[in-house]
Amino acid sequence: MDILGFQIPTYGWQTVTGSAISGVFLGSIYALVALGLTLIYGVLHIINFAHGSLLMLSMYAVFFLWAGLGIDPYLAMLLVVPGGYLFGYVLQRSVIGQVSHGRDEIILLVTLGVAIVIENAALFFFSADERSVQVPYDLDGLDLGVTFVVYPELVALAGSLLITLGLWLFMTRTDTGKAIRAVAKEREGARLVGINVEHIFAVSFGIGTACVAAAASLLAPTYAVHPQFGYLFVLIAFTVVVLGGMGSFVGALAGGFVIGITEQLGRLYLGESLGLITISVIFILILLFRPTGLFGQTPH
Amino acid sequence: MSERGRTIAGGLLFAPLAAVPLVVTSGRWIEFLELTLFTAVLGQGWNVLGGYGGQYSFGHALFFGTAAYIQALLQFKLGWSPWLTMWFAILGAMLVAAGVGYLSFRYGLRGSYFALITLAFAEAFHVLSRSFIGLTEGGRGVQLALNQDPAQAFATFQFNFAGPFLSTYGFYYTILVFLSIAYAAVWWMQRTRFGAQLVAVRENEDAAEALGVDAFRVKLGAILLSAAITALAGIYHVQKFLFIDPGIAYGPAKSVEALFAPIIGGLGTVLGAFFIHGIGETTKEIIGTFWQERPGLDLILFGVILVLVLGFAPRGIAGLLGEAWRRATDRACN
Repeated sequence: MDILGFQIPTYGWQTVTGSAISGVFLGSIYALVALGLTLIYGVLHIINFAHGSLLMLSMYAVFFLWAGLGIDPYLAMLLVVPGGYLFGYVLQRSVIGQVSHGRDEIILLVTLGVAIVIENAALFFFSADERSVQVPYDLDGLDLGVTFVVYPELVALAGSLLITLGLWLFMTRTDTGKAIRAVAKEREGARLVGINVEHIFAVSFGIGTACVAAAASLLAPTYAVHPQFGYLFVLIAFTVVVLGGMGSFVGALAGGFVIGITEQLGRLYLGESLGLITISVIFILILLFRPTGLFGQTPH
Repeated sequence: MSERGRTIAGGLLFAPLAAVPLVVTSGRWIEFLELTLFTAVLGQGWNVLGGYGGQYSFGHALFFGTAAYIQALLQFKLGWSPWLTMWFAILGAMLVAAGVGYLSFRYGLRGSYFALITLAFAEAFHVLSRSFIGLTEGGRGVQLALNQDPAQAFATFQFNFAGPFLSTYGFYYTILVFLSIAYAAVWWMQRTRFGAQLVAVRENEDAAEALGVDAFRVKLGAILLSAAITALAGIYHVQKFLFIDPGIAYGPAKSVEALFAPIIGGLGTVLGAFFIHGIGETTKEIIGTFWQERPGLDLILFGVILVLVLGFAPRGIAGLLGEAWRRATDRACN
């Protein structure tokens, strides 16, 4: 096919299926990053621009734990997840919650400011060099016939499913989860029945950050980290969250897969560079025509 | 500050800026001032839509980058005069603004949703400018030829070899003229029915609509004017540096720079631009003495200041100064 001088190639079904399957794995990574973002939006109604930079920071934590102490990136999860929770809790309670009052675009700017600080602190202290964790198993994997999947990708897929399940169980079965849902639905009502709303906000932000820390240790074997690493993911994570419906975990998972598959097929047909446009185009279309997303509730 | 007071303050600011060459002869200071005024133009462009219209754009690089690319490409590919291409650059930026504005405002995107869609459009243009290599030269960027003939300095809109005075001050006056145009446009806007309607839409869109204001048209007008002013910054940037690439044009840096100045400075964007560049240069100086060339610290400070201003001084530095002035005069009167 030839459109405006731009060649669109034709492929056999094996190539297309292989590309779609690698899209599923890529999508699970996007879903992982988006889970925390959608939780924070669902409860605090904050579009957290700092999410990508928190991912980047967690990646550095995983890297330094590996480089300094020789801790395996997956094992590092035991340290970075609680660390991420604490960092997020304190960040919300003592910074974002203190200065965020008023309109939502102001709060968006506050998180942008936080992102700028974290990103440039990383640049200042760690320099712009790319750093990557070396693990013995990063090139082993399964041959699926149409494509080859390395074990870290399989682990990331399993991780994203488990974390979604875990979050769902937490939100439905625990008292804290119920309190979070109460605050998300009706914050003044929740306050009236004795829920400490500020504490719940910070807990939600902490859990969102813990999710991103878990994502970081699952990503570390396959991705190199640098200070701008978060920006790559923040746009994609926004797209996933808006597509899946802000605040919906299942939506984030489904949205992740849709974006991952679309991106891989886009790269296959439009080329490595132009293929990325599929993400922005989906983002724009969904914002215009269905801002509540695929699984979202109607906005309040 | 009263309307008249603000006009006088504006005039008081421009007069010394125009007289700068009488005092400042150091090239480094001129570069600093140029950078500051450039940010002020960018910020004033953002301010029309964000400050007066209440529509916070996170993708103003769209208009800067489009104007810069048109300014560079029409010279590079077709050999047109920069004095002609600049009109197309402004027009191109306004066309993009019309498209983005039509879609976003027609579908009623407000608040964060508007911020996100402008960001998405900027990223889409970023990808496009990187991918259509035949049109934009792709990631390599567009490099314009440097003119070394003093006689051609005006014809090529390049002052690098234009004699001792113009080679130092040529681009300084260019950006000063652009800033004056931007300020004149905003000053005119404030006086028109359109300006009043724009502020009404910012304060309460539904109430403004109920009173018969066509909010869609008003916001569309604002994004067009905003894009035209931002385009001036793009034109200056290309003529000054003779280079543009996808990262400079559509990357997040310019979008962030555009909103920094008005938000930190308050409505007096020149003040904000001076403030952030003053801090930026000072920190670079300090870092230079201790670590030599270590990037990041200035932006850490900007981020902290941005958060503090949003939290504690919603009217920016100008608001803080205004308050201090009022308190001082109150005390003097008592």
